[in-house]
Amino acid sequence: MSDPAPDQARAAWQEAYDSTKLRDVPFETMSGVPVDALYGEGPYPGQYPYTRGLHAAGYRSRLWTMRMFAGFGTAEDTNARFKELLRSGGGGLSTAFDMPTLMGRDSDHDWALGEVGHCGVAVDTLADMEDLFADIDLSSVSTSMTINGPAAMIMAMYIAVGENTGVERAQLAGTIQNDILKEYQAQKEYIFPPRPSMRIITDMMKFTSAEMPKWHPISISGYHIREAGSNAAQELAFTLANGFAYVEAAVASGLDVDDFAPRLSFFFNSHSDFFEEIGKFRAARRIWARWMKERYGAKDPKSMMMKFHTQTAGVSLTAQQAEINIGRVAIQALAGALGGTQSLHTDAYDEAMALPTENAARIALRTQQIVAHETGVTNVIDPLGGAPFVEWMTDEMERRAEEVFAHLLDIGNDSILEGAYAGIENGYFVGEIADAAYRFEREVNEGKRIIVGVNEFTEGDDGERNLLRIGAEVEDYQLKRLNGVKQRRDGDAVTRVLERLKTEAADPEINLMPTMIEAVKTFATEGEIVAALEEEFGTYVEKVFL
Amino acid sequence: MADEVSTNPPQLRVVLAKLGFDGHDRGIKIVARILRDAGMEVIYLGLRQSYKNVVNAVEQEDADAIGLSMHNASHMTLAPKMVAALAEAGLEVPVVVGGIVPDEDIEPLLEKGVAAILGPGASAEEVAQTIRDAVASMRAETSQA
Repeated sequence: MSDPAPDQARAAWQEAYDSTKLRDVPFETMSGVPVDALYGEGPYPGQYPYTRGLHAAGYRSRLWTMRMFAGFGTAEDTNARFKELLRSGGGGLSTAFDMPTLMGRDSDHDWALGEVGHCGVAVDTLADMEDLFADIDLSSVSTSMTINGPAAMIMAMYIAVGENTGVERAQLAGTIQNDILKEYQAQKEYIFPPRPSMRIITDMMKFTSAEMPKWHPISISGYHIREAGSNAAQELAFTLANGFAYVEAAVASGLDVDDFAPRLSFFFNSHSDFFEEIGKFRAARRIWARWMKERYGAKDPKSMMMKFHTQTAGVSLTAQQAEINIGRVAIQALAGALGGTQSLHTDAYDEAMALPTENAARIALRTQQIVAHETGVTNVIDPLGGAPFVEWMTDEMERRAEEVFAHLLDIGNDSILEGAYAGIENGYFVGEIADAAYRFEREVNEGKRIIVGVNEFTEGDDGERNLLRIGAEVEDYQLKRLNGVKQRRDGDAVTRVLERLKTEAADPEINLMPTMIEAVKTFATEGEIVAALEEEFGTYVEKVFL
Repeated sequence: MADEVSTNPPQLRVVLAKLGFDGHDRGIKIVARILRDAGMEVIYLGLRQSYKNVVNAVEQEDADAIGLSMHNASHMTLAPKMVAALAEAGLEVPVVVGGIVPDEDIEPLLEKGVAAILGPGASAEEVAQTIRDAVASMRAETSQA
């Protein structure tokens, strides 16, 4: 081991801690007992392999970002909710898109009927994106956009909104999810086949490396893998493997690992098994650091530091006695905090059945504010570090993940990227996830696993559900709007730019982003851009595995 | 086979599908296994099916029931259209909807010809029995007509 001697490491941590500006709050218990910043031994926070956190001072210097996912109805509706969230203390914007948008189809697509504006905001053209961020200074917020298949078009629109309002692309801060591998594995919102999708993603990584230093071009997401039914270790393993796959793809396209890896970020689920979740988060940081250093030759410590966002487990929310979900969310949020997350979304208690009502969304934000400001867990860095059970769980999560990596290297001829492609092709990922989901369901069904309010303690459900409903008027409005934009734009300019995009798609040496930005500026629709690219790339159809 | 006398009821054949964009397939895959465990034959068509694909599958497979999984709040649009597409093709096969359907939508869906709705928390027994009941009552209706 080349680690510095323990006392040197401790001194290095102390020095880093002392030079960090701390939050101006008393670090003491409710009863006035002062607490140390850190208990236990190394590896210390802020030191490789970062098991105990990325920063020497943990949440003593800065709390996690309270980032609440929002989006429904029209762009104007969502814009209003963004402003409300910014006013009530949320630290960043997070955008949900509706299904047609997520699938790269316009609101007037045959299948869009009944889906427009339902699970998020509808974005067909740049005009919708302009409404979405109206009167919000893009140079002063950080925006997270949850979209994958058509991520390049949406990022191009965001860049165009910035430029049209005098904000240069270099100033834009935020994250676009853009994690296509987990779409084939779990969420199923893909458009093109895996290989051309990876080409678009490497184009985006190159483009943002060169021109958008504050932008995270990909958020590698285990969240959906977990929601689709995986267990915690699978979520950890598949997500990290996908991360390695993107690294391999980017390096193969000519980027240096340290040029892009510092801007990769991750997104995990926080479910109800408290210590398993905490072990998972701690193991995730350690695995990433080790693999980036040892396998991918990263030199910049930032390339080894895994930043992640956490969301509480939507799938754990019950329709029965919905209010008790507030308790679940609080526990899951606490696990996220004790696992050292950089940002957190807490689910609203009424989300099992529909998008959250405003009141429920506010309670969810308040829940994580309680964790941050009332529980005292933010006073001590990695407060559970060194506890035998927590350290064992961390090791065990890592061991199980390493088994998966070994399998992927095996089926991928020593490449995780090829292993990911192979595992998508042969049904490995979907099969593992479906098996785990079924096992869980059987345990609940057989009463071996208690879900409060579902198979035990079922008295007290009054059946009252106050649900947010999206009216059909959203659809009418959006269709009119789309038609209007199509009539006003210069149709010839649209045709020309789409032709050029198609030509460029055929040449893997050309980066598609500049033409994509030009295309959205002509008000070409998302669906038109997707269709042009599909002519070259094809459309992915999933094989059915049961 | 046709000459064999069986004391068991014939095996039910169930077509499962997801219509439109909705990609949430955790539930439908679990339902597929539940129905298989309950002795039914399951034909899972997969994601992004059109009404026509489902109708074709029902005809080709001589299916007894259809299970649709819906998690995108589009059930009020898609489920009645599926029922109508089956009627247009002259097929008398019950459509059972599973997934996220708010309580107040249940009655309107039943009025539009959906045979039954299975929500979150339904047990394996309920899932299988709902399919059996839907097939039985469709057969009773058909024989009366």
